[in-house]
Amino acid sequence: MKITVDNNPAYIYTGAREFVPEQPSVVFIHGNGLDHSVWLLQSRYFAHHQRNALAVDMPGHGRSGGSALENITDMADWIIDVLDAIGVDKAAIVGHSMGSLVSLEAAARHPDRVSRLALIATAVPMPVSDPLLDAARNNEHSAFDMITLWGHSQYGQMGGNQAPGMWMSGSAIRLLERSGPGVLFAGLNACNEYKHGMESAARVQCPTLMILGRLDMMTPTRIARKLEQTIPDVRCEVLDNCGHLVMAEKPNQVLDLLIDFLD
Amino acid sequence: MAGPKYPGFDTLALHAGQQPDDSFGARAVPIYQTTSYVFKSTEQAASIFNGERPGHVYSRITNPTNAVLEERICALEGGVGAIATASGQAAMHLAIATILGAGSHIVSSRSLYGGSHNLLSYTLPRFGIETTFVDPRDPDAFSEAIQPNTRLLFGETLGNPGLDVLNVPVISEIAHNAGIPLLIDSTFTTPYLFKPFDFGADLIFHSATKFIGGHGVAIGGLLVDGGRFDWDASGKFPTLTEPYAGFHNLVFSEEYGPSAYIMRARKEGARDFGACMSPTTAFHILQGIETLPLRLEKHIDNTRKLVKYLDEHDAVEEVTYPELPGHPDHELAKQLLPGGCGAVFSFVVKGGRAAGRRFIERLNLFSHLANVGDAKSLVIHPASTTHHRMDAAALAAAGIKEGTIRLSVGIEDPDDLISDLGRALHASQKG
Repeated sequence: MKITVDNNPAYIYTGAREFVPEQPSVVFIHGNGLDHSVWLLQSRYFAHHQRNALAVDMPGHGRSGGSALENITDMADWIIDVLDAIGVDKAAIVGHSMGSLVSLEAAARHPDRVSRLALIATAVPMPVSDPLLDAARNNEHSAFDMITLWGHSQYGQMGGNQAPGMWMSGSAIRLLERSGPGVLFAGLNACNEYKHGMESAARVQCPTLMILGRLDMMTPTRIARKLEQTIPDVRCEVLDNCGHLVMAEKPNQVLDLLIDFLD
Repeated sequence: MAGPKYPGFDTLALHAGQQPDDSFGARAVPIYQTTSYVFKSTEQAASIFNGERPGHVYSRITNPTNAVLEERICALEGGVGAIATASGQAAMHLAIATILGAGSHIVSSRSLYGGSHNLLSYTLPRFGIETTFVDPRDPDAFSEAIQPNTRLLFGETLGNPGLDVLNVPVISEIAHNAGIPLLIDSTFTTPYLFKPFDFGADLIFHSATKFIGGHGVAIGGLLVDGGRFDWDASGKFPTLTEPYAGFHNLVFSEEYGPSAYIMRARKEGARDFGACMSPTTAFHILQGIETLPLRLEKHIDNTRKLVKYLDEHDAVEEVTYPELPGHPDHELAKQLLPGGCGAVFSFVVKGGRAAGRRFIERLNLFSHLANVGDAKSLVIHPASTTHHRMDAAALAAAGIKEGTIRLSVGIEDPDDLISDLGRALHASQKG
């Protein structure tokens, strides 16, 4: 689906199904430097099970135009603009990594627009290491390498993909390489500067699911689980032998948890 | 700052693609010798068929043992995904058929393995795919041969029989300027000696029968997608950028992004052409890959010793190996192949066809057969075997002399190999 949001083209993958206004909708928000394709399986599933799957490409990412947004609040408001443009009153929102912060902020700022919230590989705060931030600022390839390496558990680094014949590290780095200059830095900096996440978490009114990777090196579970004490109605699931790129390392488990939560 | 360090080649050769078996903890890769897989429910079955969940349906399309091999070659080459095929020829056919159809055109190096040449010259034209062959040492020839309907550039890292070193960085740039990908047959070099994706290539295939497997026990092929070519920006590849009626109007580039090519190759090519690899074959090839770094070091070490010995031998007219200063691609080889130029090379024994025949018949340790890339040393005399119907003029046109001998150097004790060659060379000159 191609729409216009804030005068820029925006792309939304709908799981190979037409949008049906009468159906409930699920919005999927990817992590920094990635795009809708990280939600391919989940989008296809829900789109073929009586929901509208709306896997957005954030501004400056994938097939969407415009520049990468520079703070989480603007990204959250952009998601609501997307809902307005499509004509969706209320949706479940599922976000990964940076997308989880966007989801959290959208749920806090617009509680009447978010029915359920799923935060995958999340942490508040979400500080970014200086080497990664510097590499991204300078558009160095090592930024992609750091995310690819630190994004997978030591198990994921060796493969064993549930999707036959696909090399997870290769897929991740090629997708990251597609992000334009400055895109990665904008997102990392936005995560780094997102300081009021705990206040936002306390304002979430809808049921919330957290899905974490036990071996996540980018958003460690010890930080992520602090959200459990703050979000009023939350359930937390931790996946063994799994790093930050949860949908790649444990696609079936993620889908099962989302089905259980959203249905 | 220096970037983080990925697992090294030797580690990936042993581990990539496998996590210890969930059921029994098997350390070795289990052979899943099964045609099909029991679904947990109709719902799960439908989800796998519809691309909502990963999983296996039928071993023509995916198999858990093959998947380990596919990931492993992908990890070693630096790609996004791979498909194991019944042979190297099947991999080449799948590589082409995934994006070309009737009316399209290939520009290929003319220095090719005979089987590849046959496919391009005689078979694919019956299906409307034409090929123009060019000198692999002349990048301008690739440029000049590109037509409006050209959809692929193709070459071998080391050409046959002259070991022409393909200038992959330059040829890939020519391809990309024309909006088309470069396909490389990397059989002779393997990722241990040369990684074409690092130099701009877009697609790679291997005859895994050769050095990848390394033991002469299994026929197989591997097709690897580098994931960098922008099919949408090119606009010349509707199989990847337009709805595919054969899979619910799926648009591969939209859904799979960097993995569009390999997903089409699997969802269409593996499904419809069906040239799949046996899981037992995948196991054999995986066993080979585990020792690829060790074997290649020994192959190269032995090759260098034999090249030196032959180059200095009175009964030898010439030796063709890019590491020799007189080879036309010597400088390019130093740039692209610092670790060695493979373990297959040719030399010309003095005395023509008869001397070549006597040489072959006197060898003991070298096996006289039509294959390369075995751990055991192999030899063939083209003028009395593969090209025996050709006279001297026809052989010359193919870049072969009557006394040309092709060696595939194995990993035996090099002194034993040199002794064997010495005895045979001595016998060859007693006509």
